[in-house]
Amino acid sequence: MGDLTDLTIADARAGLRKGAFSAKELAEAHIRAIEAARPLNAFITETPERALAMAAESDARRKGGKGGDVGIPLDGIPLAIKDLFCTLGVRTTAASHILDGFTPPYESTVTAKLWRAGAVMLGKTNLDEFAMGSSNVTSYFGAVENPWRRRGDNRPLVPGGSSGGSAAAVAARLALGATGTDTGGSIRQPAAFCGVVGLKPTYGRCSRWGIVAFASSLDQAGPMTRTVRDAAIMLGAMAGHDPKDSTSVDVPVPDYEAALGQSLKGLKVGIPKEYRVDGMPAEIERLWQQGLVWLRAAGAEPVEVLLPHTKYALPAYYIIAPAEASSNLARYDGVRFGLRVPGEDLIDMYENTRGEGFGREVRRRVMIGTYVLSAGYYDAYYLKAQRVRALILRDFTEAFKTVDVILAPSTPSAAFAMGEKMDDPIAMYLNDVFTVPANLAGLPGISVPAGLSAEGLPLGLQLVGRAFDEATVLRAAAAIEDAANFDARPGFVAEGA
Amino acid sequence: MSVDEATVRKIARLARIKVKDEEVAPLAKELSHILGWIEQLDSVDTASVAPLASTVNAKLPWRKDIIDDGGYPEKVLANAPEGVQGFFAVPKVVE
Repeated sequence: MGDLTDLTIADARAGLRKGAFSAKELAEAHIRAIEAARPLNAFITETPERALAMAAESDARRKGGKGGDVGIPLDGIPLAIKDLFCTLGVRTTAASHILDGFTPPYESTVTAKLWRAGAVMLGKTNLDEFAMGSSNVTSYFGAVENPWRRRGDNRPLVPGGSSGGSAAAVAARLALGATGTDTGGSIRQPAAFCGVVGLKPTYGRCSRWGIVAFASSLDQAGPMTRTVRDAAIMLGAMAGHDPKDSTSVDVPVPDYEAALGQSLKGLKVGIPKEYRVDGMPAEIERLWQQGLVWLRAAGAEPVEVLLPHTKYALPAYYIIAPAEASSNLARYDGVRFGLRVPGEDLIDMYENTRGEGFGREVRRRVMIGTYVLSAGYYDAYYLKAQRVRALILRDFTEAFKTVDVILAPSTPSAAFAMGEKMDDPIAMYLNDVFTVPANLAGLPGISVPAGLSAEGLPLGLQLVGRAFDEATVLRAAAAIEDAANFDARPGFVAEGA
Repeated sequence: MSVDEATVRKIARLARIKVKDEEVAPLAKELSHILGWIEQLDSVDTASVAPLASTVNAKLPWRKDIIDDGGYPEKVLANAPEGVQGFFAVPKVVE
């Protein structure tokens, strides 16, 4: 039977269809793996009973002849869900103390679509509190450990963030795939740090309804998987218009898997020289050049493009995202859900609840957001950042007049050790220097594992495409995946069987 | 832009976040540091650029003005720290 936790989604789908194993066996193997991997702290809540019940339904569907066909593309596939998606009857924390005891009476649109597609829920994965972070150290439920270690160095590394639990779970073979959300790189950066594929779709492609909001004009859900094909399969099930999210766009969802086989002949790949930042390690630069060589060999044509406002993306993001967060997080007031810390009067209760309920990074960002939106500073900070955002979008719009996809590194470094970069918030923010522009412009981006650093850690390459052209992004990503032939495995891999 | 301690207290009040006395000075330093870094945006000429709030161009859709959900107060109140007779309860605000 082989190790069921080592399969891709595509292989597991084929095995289930053939009857080589049951959804129950597949779920059980993953439940054992999750138990064995508890030291990684990748999950906040495990849901083994739910997983077994959903797997039993899948097996019953298949016996009845109704499983695994069109409309049920993920029948029996066990997935992990970032604990930012509200799940009916299952505690949802956003990795924050302030949501203590919150059990959603509803299901997010994206997870509802996954369950309708037949997927099996293994549990809720750890993240940075309210998805604010790049290392998963801000979680109220403790840091997640990256399943990878540097060669000859036993210090635990961060998995990246904010979707660090999802990335670690997929890398360590605890789930065949996982959901993530990406506001400034929160899917792509942890995917790069853990050696998995992470796709942030176009803003508006997946419904945000039922996902705990961080920065509403930037947040987007997407898949995290071990192969590009698996990302295509998962995205197909997650994407689509939802009347409950007014920013979800009503455009057809193509067959992403079908796009993968198509040739790259004639595809124009943009190389933005502005991504060559000061102090970027030579191995990242080399990997980037290697990516270009691979795409050229597959038939694509490299073209230099200009994205002149790239260096302003990060400071603009650190106005816009905290501003939106300060507004979104106003709802946590100790009245309707979650934690309440008593006070002398109503306002004192609000202040105590929010002072105790939010962690340090969340407090810091809510305060920056409050400041840049406050009277006298709104024009100088918030409107200024929105104008810079318009220029960043214009840069991409111009570039996409001549190219079909843009190639860049995913991150400026490999995963770092816990404790590093923790003293200076800006040093931590710089992790997202290559990923933030796609969020500001609303464009789809993917990180594909492309090689190992000198220290033996995974490095990712990023592709950014035109709005709603995930198909081309996936097609180019598949070419890099084929050429890179990334088969390295993390030091920590849970054995399911 | 340097944020002083009085400003930190004012922002904390506006954000309804209790800040301990010993946290005020470090927060002033951190926020000043971050805002100072952000000020590099001043060197970008944006005089002729309209602010961009969202990358989705579509006009926001309208829905029919009808009630199509609700009628389950117990579900709405299920997660409340305090609910009384179908209402959210808060500390007394009027004498």
